Amino acid sequence: MSNIPQELKYTKTHEWVRVENDDTVTVGITDHAQELLGDIVFIELPELNIQVNAKDEVVVIESVKAAGDVYSPLSGEIIAINDNLTDSPELVNSSPYEEAWLFKIKPSETLDNLLKPEEYALHTSHE
Amino acid sequence: MGNKTYLYNNHLQSNAKIVDFGGWDMPLHYSSQLNEHHQVRKSAGMFDVSHMTVVDLSGENVGYFLSYLLANDVGRLKNVGKALYSCMLNENGGVIDDLIVYLVSDTQFRLVVNAATTEKDLAWIRKHAEDFKVDVKQRDDLAIIAVQGPLAREKVKPLLSADLQESAMELKPFNAAWNDEVFVGRTGYTGEDGFEVILPEQQAPEFWEALLAADVAPIGLGARDTLRLEAGMNLYGIDMDENYSPLEAGLTWTVAFKPEDRDFIGRKALEAQQEKADHEIMLALVLEDKGVLRGHQTVTVEGGGIGQITSGTFSPTIGKSIAFARVPAGKYEQVMVTIRNKQLAAKVVKPPFVRNGKIFV
Repeated sequence: MSNIPQELKYTKTHEWVRVENDDTVTVGITDHAQELLGDIVFIELPELNIQVNAKDEVVVIESVKAAGDVYSPLSGEIIAINDNLTDSPELVNSSPYEEAWLFKIKPSETLDNLLKPEEYALHTSHE
Repeated sequence: MGNKTYLYNNHLQSNAKIVDFGGWDMPLHYSSQLNEHHQVRKSAGMFDVSHMTVVDLSGENVGYFLSYLLANDVGRLKNVGKALYSCMLNENGGVIDDLIVYLVSDTQFRLVVNAATTEKDLAWIRKHAEDFKVDVKQRDDLAIIAVQGPLAREKVKPLLSADLQESAMELKPFNAAWNDEVFVGRTGYTGEDGFEVILPEQQAPEFWEALLAADVAPIGLGARDTLRLEAGMNLYGIDMDENYSPLEAGLTWTVAFKPEDRDFIGRKALEAQQEKADHEIMLALVLEDKGVLRGHQTVTVEGGGIGQITSGTFSPTIGKSIAFARVPAGKYEQVMVTIRNKQLAAKVVKPPFVRNGKIFV
């Protein structure tokens, strides 16, 4: 079974969302997603300070097996990107919830549409 | 549920992720596909390729038969044990399969053909063998383990019986030696040195476990694909099939047009294609930008002609993406590839991309 931390929220498209103290959110992909992708070799991050809508494709992750899109879980402004991943894309495999966060958003909407850990666990078990 | 090789349980014990491959349940990877790739380039890895089919041919006329059946010329096999890579063509010059043929004796040859094509290959071979009174025997009692990498032969050596050890270690590339049970070819599909060992399937698990104990890592189909593409080798069903001739698949070098009086199936079609000289060609590509070339991406050549990537991957050894692409006839130094709505330039190179651990492009 893949790791699904209790303190995070999730999407059906396998992004995780962490709400920070300053009301911004940090986004990455789940352990389940990195496992499906296999060894990750390139990551294309979004530009800083752009407005995105929920479900926009904002990141492309290329693995040895396939290319995967990462969708913005929320509408808002991209306020940070994790540049470390450009040189070390393999961090997404080794540390999907910690070192390999992808981007931070200042959201312009509530988090009501996101999944709770148990809902995400159920979702992945049905895939 | 697909067919399983005799080593299926060994794969499960090594935590293999199993996928369907041409009707066979085969290991895709055991852990990290990238690590498996590097293991073969730097040390030694082993592949269960028992899904491939060994076909033994025998008869007084077997040499004549194969010189008619295959596009490469078995007349080039001058000594017993020598191996040859060849395409088997239909009358239109389309590739029915690619295979390795070994000369076993004056009256015996051994073929190793692809798994997914086994049935149609055997039907085709048997149909033509009749006229030559050649006996065709499918050897589904045998397993095949490929051990590849700079340390591969040294790792295999102590596992061979005394009578086979010396002759196996003295083999030149593309040659084989054998005893009553075990057949060892210095061949492979990775661009590294190594052996392909054909043995009775009941003996395969013990052989596999002994290699594992000697730190030879099991390698899945995922790394097998990146290794073979780096080595500049085609994959049947992906880079060519019956709709394409060897000339359209980068395999012209495997067709023996000489001697000119050797009649082989597909020869007339290939000669007509050569005469016209407007057939598609295969290019080897390296992407300088970030991104990954993958099968079916559109390739645009100078002048606006359109082609397609057949095989594409991230090359773990080079750290860039590499590919084969089939494009309209012409000479090109660079092409444009459409990757997810972006046009990126890819450099045309001469394969192999990597051989014996060294980068050639």
